Amino acid sequence: MDLMTGVQREQMRSDIPSFQPGDTVRVYVKVIEGGRERTQVFEGTVLRRRGRGNSETFTVRRVSYGVGVERTFPLHSPRLERIEIVREGRVRRAKLYYLREKVGKAARVREKERAKE
Amino acid sequence: MRKGIIGRKLGMTQVFTEDGRCVPVTVLQAGPCVVIQKKMKETDGYEAIQVGFEPIPEHRVNRPLRGHFARAKVAPFRHIRELRVDNIGDYQVGQELRVDLFRPGELVDVTGITRGRGFAGGIKRHGFRRGPMAHGSKYHRRPGALAAKGPARVFKGRRLPGRLGGEQVTIQNLEVVRVDPERNLLLLKGSVPGVRRSLVTIRSAIKA
Repeated sequence: MDLMTGVQREQMRSDIPSFQPGDTVRVYVKVIEGGRERTQVFEGTVLRRRGRGNSETFTVRRVSYGVGVERTFPLHSPRLERIEIVREGRVRRAKLYYLREKVGKAARVREKERAKE
Repeated sequence: MRKGIIGRKLGMTQVFTEDGRCVPVTVLQAGPCVVIQKKMKETDGYEAIQVGFEPIPEHRVNRPLRGHFARAKVAPFRHIRELRVDNIGDYQVGQELRVDLFRPGELVDVTGITRGRGFAGGIKRHGFRRGPMAHGSKYHRRPGALAAKGPARVFKGRRLPGRLGGEQVTIQNLEVVRVDPERNLLLLKGSVPGVRRSLVTIRSAIKA
């Protein structure tokens, strides 16, 4: 194997669930605060995923107290404790930047229809 | 202590440190290098070790060089470089230098040939400012006035368009982030001169 990809591969995590833009996720982030580590939860809609290999990042958007908040996380960061998929969304594009202009009900993402059981 | 090794730039990426920070790194394949010759004060007027990097088959080497390698009783190498070290007494001909020479956290200087950019204008080459690109402007990327009118000539050293890159450059004080002796890899924080696959010399930092 190419040495360069080798270096990148070993940085990557295998415990990341597969999720896509439009999905609602709950991200558990380890934060160091005053010398002490604790876990913070950030829940919102995935706006985009970008990059590849160990440098892939994803952006999560949520509206808290009427203010839109977006956080970008490195997908393979050891600071991410885990990612939980809350809801799968049905979207028609890869980057959901249009959600930034939408407020309230219009800012929702339709849920993916599940296959009939 | 002055020590060094020859390597190849493989490319850039990022790694996560233990505390979760993300560090930009250049991956270098460094060594193994073999000492071919010791330059002595008495015979050569200075002290250095000559090392070879990247083995090649015997038939790819010309006669004079074949003799040079045979004398040192080492296999032929593609590249030969000299390194000034503190005490050449510490080295023997035929000795192998490996990446584990360096430890994470150490500072190193890296010398290489920068990317050749050909004939470049003043903006790219010297950071000149450009003129407006639109609104009727006809002055886009030109160098502007060259000097005052008085001397009736252009002074030497005037910064003008010309060849850019393809020169030897040393980047100082790069931190060693990781050493991988198994694969001969060296991960340095930050960038290193040259294109991918280009030859670089890694030495312990002189200003550390």
